[in-house]
Amino acid sequence: MPLNSQLRTPHWEHFEHDADIGIRGIAPTLAQAFEQAAVAMTAVMTNPEPLTESNAVVITCNASDNELLLMDWINELIYQTAVHHLLFKRYQVEIADSKLSAIAFGETVDQQKHQIAVEIKGATFTELHVYQQPDGMWVAQCVVDV
Amino acid sequence: MDTNQFNQRDETCWEIRPTGAMRVPAIIYADAQLLQELDQKVYEQITNVATLPGIVEAAYAMPDAHWGYGFPIGGVAAFDPEQGGVVSAGGVGFDISCGVRTLHTGLNIAELRPRKQALADALYRTVPAGVGSRGKIHLNHKSMQGMLTGGAQWALDQGFGDEQDLERIEEHGCMAGAEPHYVSPRARERQKDEMGTLGSGNHYLEVQRVTEIFDQTVANIFGLRVDDVVISIHCGSRGLGHQIGTEFLKDMAMSAAQYHIVLPDRELACAPLTSPLGKHYLGAMRAAINCALANRQIITHLTRQAVATVFPGIQLDLLYDVSHNTCKLEQHTVNGQQKNLFVHRKGATRAFGPGHPDLPAVFKDTGQPVLIGGSMGTSSYVLCGTKASEQLAFSSACHGAGRAMSRSQASKRWQGKTLVDALAAQGIIIRSPSLRGVAEEAPAAYKDVSAVVDVADRAGLARKVAKLEPVICIKG
Repeated sequence: MPLNSQLRTPHWEHFEHDADIGIRGIAPTLAQAFEQAAVAMTAVMTNPEPLTESNAVVITCNASDNELLLMDWINELIYQTAVHHLLFKRYQVEIADSKLSAIAFGETVDQQKHQIAVEIKGATFTELHVYQQPDGMWVAQCVVDV
Repeated sequence: MDTNQFNQRDETCWEIRPTGAMRVPAIIYADAQLLQELDQKVYEQITNVATLPGIVEAAYAMPDAHWGYGFPIGGVAAFDPEQGGVVSAGGVGFDISCGVRTLHTGLNIAELRPRKQALADALYRTVPAGVGSRGKIHLNHKSMQGMLTGGAQWALDQGFGDEQDLERIEEHGCMAGAEPHYVSPRARERQKDEMGTLGSGNHYLEVQRVTEIFDQTVANIFGLRVDDVVISIHCGSRGLGHQIGTEFLKDMAMSAAQYHIVLPDRELACAPLTSPLGKHYLGAMRAAINCALANRQIITHLTRQAVATVFPGIQLDLLYDVSHNTCKLEQHTVNGQQKNLFVHRKGATRAFGPGHPDLPAVFKDTGQPVLIGGSMGTSSYVLCGTKASEQLAFSSACHGAGRAMSRSQASKRWQGKTLVDALAAQGIIIRSPSLRGVAEEAPAAYKDVSAVVDVADRAGLARKVAKLEPVICIKG
């Protein structure tokens, strides 16, 4: 894949924070950036790649701006992860008028199999940014408390 | 951090004089080396805390301070409700009432040695640790209410422990003023299967050996001798506290403007102590403190069960139970006047000195035990509160080492299996459901807890009593 199209493929990364960890999704659309940020969140806990998609959860959030929407989205996933004991591999997100509707696909936690490093307590305002870069790519990021 | 930014009051006390919106000075307790190693973010965060309404005396950072959310971790700030003071969800943190409880075993290291593996296995089998672990206790609406109101007292009523445990727990095991009706259904949902679980991250249950005594008189009263074996439990209010923190952080950030509060950082989200939102948070946060106290009480019970299978008949009595993420109403003297202040300690331990009326009789002459957790494989310390700490930082001290390296750096540098083997070669048994978790918690990813504790001692925040070294560590 040429470098340019590789950079335009939706992707995620972690960024440094002293005690905790930053999650960042980068993608051509806002919704995809949210999807990628969520994959980054799963990756804080475990490697998302080998996970299966045997379970699905429907999620909706509303917020007054994109940053609060990201925070709500991540917090909703943390809640769903905790109460349903699920690890999410993939997400389908739609965003319109600061309303998010999504399906999260994943599988039930298996301590031995998933080797989960840490649980996530909550999304924070720290380094919380949602913006469009000059090249048109959307970035959605925040630090999560672990 | 550049030390030229400070007015050095003495060897361990560094002042940032108020400028701009700061209402009070900010004070960092550190020696020159710790200060130089501190992240500049701590400077920004502690000066931001100094801008909050109703803050009294100063915003303080303990020697283990590091970059947190809004407040630095290791931050202490007291607010006066009569001066428009605030309560901040970010000033308490997500893991409300996270803390350390230490138990005497009555064993010495020679008695433990031949049964060490067996004890490690029994503890790992009995105490649920790690993400996704569930306890055997399932709370319904009624028992949830009881737990949120009663704390460790509730746990006792369910058969988890002895009456004598209570006097060795802050607040006598039950935080007054809890209002469970401000704890959301979601927070309850996250907690209903999590009672008696350790959690993950830096939470652990550790069997430790006393390796050094610094203050023989106090150590005698605390019941600590060289080569004694103790067990320490480090965990908090689990999913319930995390959910309360999440919800109120957002609510407070959204309503700051309504209360005419200018937030230099949204993470400092707060509400006036006298406002409905402030009161709701206090009621919910106190319920979460009870959740943490109940959780550590149940884990104590499980620990007793596990130990009894290996050492039948021995008794595990509490040394003490401290919380290091709280906001508590306390009386302090400010400019010669008694004041009722709401003291936030985020990653800071309460350290009441000798004679404090809230301490049980046994600690009246010594001050309270201040339990400082290390990280997996490193030392922990027992300190005692001092009279001087009252004037220095509203009777507060450090809480641990603080990370020196991020999780991703740590997991790139070390492999879990190699670490477990290396620690085993040093005589330390690690049991954990996650090798990646072990790598992220590598001992060298943390600052030197001894340096932090030495500064707390020299500054007078608390006084060193004993050093503990790990023997078995159950990692979440």
